[in-house]
Amino acid sequence: MNVTDSSRSETTATVSGHEVVAEHLNAYYGAFHAVLDVTVTFPANEVTAIIGPSGCGKSTLVRCINRMHEEVPGARAEGSITLDGHDIYDPAIDVTTVRRVIGMVFQKPNPFPTMSIFDNVAAGLRLAGAKRGRDLHDRVEQALVAVGLWDEVKDRLGRPGIGLSGGQQQRLCIARTVAVEPEVILMDEPCSALDPVGTLRIEELIDELKSRYTIVIVTHNMQQAARVANSTVFMLDGELVEHGPTAEIFTQPKDERTERYVTGKFG
Amino acid sequence: MATAPPEANVLLRKTAGTRRRRAVSRAVDVVCTVAALAAVAVLLLVIASVAVKGAPALSLRLLTENPKVSPFGGNTGGIANSIVGSVILVVIASVIAVPMGVMVAIYTTEFAPPKVATGIRFALDILTGIPTIVIGVFIFSVLVVGAHQSGWAGAIALAIVELPVVARSDQEVLALVPRALHEAGVALGLKRWRIVLRVILPTAAGGLITGAVLGVARVAGETAPLIFTTSVFSNLGLTTNPSAALPNIPVTILSLSESPSPKDHAQAWAAALVLIVFVLLLSVTARAVHERSRAKLRG
Repeated sequence: MNVTDSSRSETTATVSGHEVVAEHLNAYYGAFHAVLDVTVTFPANEVTAIIGPSGCGKSTLVRCINRMHEEVPGARAEGSITLDGHDIYDPAIDVTTVRRVIGMVFQKPNPFPTMSIFDNVAAGLRLAGAKRGRDLHDRVEQALVAVGLWDEVKDRLGRPGIGLSGGQQQRLCIARTVAVEPEVILMDEPCSALDPVGTLRIEELIDELKSRYTIVIVTHNMQQAARVANSTVFMLDGELVEHGPTAEIFTQPKDERTERYVTGKFG
Repeated sequence: MATAPPEANVLLRKTAGTRRRRAVSRAVDVVCTVAALAAVAVLLLVIASVAVKGAPALSLRLLTENPKVSPFGGNTGGIANSIVGSVILVVIASVIAVPMGVMVAIYTTEFAPPKVATGIRFALDILTGIPTIVIGVFIFSVLVVGAHQSGWAGAIALAIVELPVVARSDQEVLALVPRALHEAGVALGLKRWRIVLRVILPTAAGGLITGAVLGVARVAGETAPLIFTTSVFSNLGLTTNPSAALPNIPVTILSLSESPSPKDHAQAWAAALVLIVFVLLLSVTARAVHERSRAKLRG
């Protein structure tokens, strides 16, 4: 597959999005079978939430989508994941390319502690080597504007990123991800380390970002899934139990296990 | 647990068990505090005794003049050539050992499979434990026999002593860099070497400097590896060419202390003081440099 083909170059300006499909995905940590034969479609320009109790494989599932899963020693994945029909596990594809096209935001804000606010956002861009001076500055500004952080930090771009508040740090991390212009953004419990105000701000941001990106968000917080997601996936013990429109999952789930989970009877 | 229905005053009353636990806790507290104080006291005692015994012979002449043997035996000059020689030896050793140590540490923490990393760590621990005189003999047999003593041989022997100290210390430091930063880099699509260069090393910089200082401090006073490799000085003058045997402080301390002249003994103490001050200054400077670079970052 060629992830930098013509369809990609126009996407930042238009709203044509990209669909991620996992088929018969199985993921393992050594002998432990963490994700069991999951088949799921993450539609373009939508937010898909993945909910489920701790250890149900939801983080592992998203980490398979940008191949972060294989960073863990002894971990492997089988089955296929495609981006607009292109297999991201194709041996001909460089794994770093996959990760630039499919960005990720983590549970705890993790700005690079030795870098300034500016350098944090520029970190991913500089790897290309071509971006310098004015161009780089513009891209950094765009990314910070996109996450609503520009007005808060424009006078202190040279200050360390870790000097920001938790919520600002998380938006900085999202800016860092957005700056390299990915097509898909994976978020692994992005608000679990934030206070309610920070959480609200990130949720608003997710809503704005979905016009440009396909977003998959893992969350422990069912209210959050209800607030931000177009559709919701419920996982249990590595299996995908149910995937449907969010309202349906929370009000008329088809599966009894889903109902018990969303009504707080277990988990 | 009491079986009778408990009343509040019964619950809160001290029992024999509570008293015993409190006594044990106090005892552990005291023993650990004493151990900590003893460790600091040893350091202070060593520095104080060297300072007291070395200060009388410490003079500008000692630091700036080369040795002069008087007709009655004993050195009436200084130890300038040894100071210069020691600096050269330690610099060459560190130029070899510090970058290598950092690279070994990067390899084991970032690139090596877990089993290989464990093996390397074990090997470094053994290397640290090898008596330095054995390293001296080894370098003697490889580089000195059939040739002659030289600063190179001495510096390489010191580098062998320094390498595992630096590598092990740097491994600990690199292992402390949060995994999350590594993941952040990977998720941005950065190549591994770039993550190491741009994220891991800058984050760990302070600890790496400390590791280098530890290594330098360790070898600055090493004597055994030098006795075999750079201890026979053809002249008493200043030598800066490492192809010849370089006079150095540890060997000079040794030979001065073996002299019958009490004045030489005083000089040996003064030379020891110079060595200690050198190591202390180095540590303090390294800390200051590190603090300054961090302060700059904070803006």
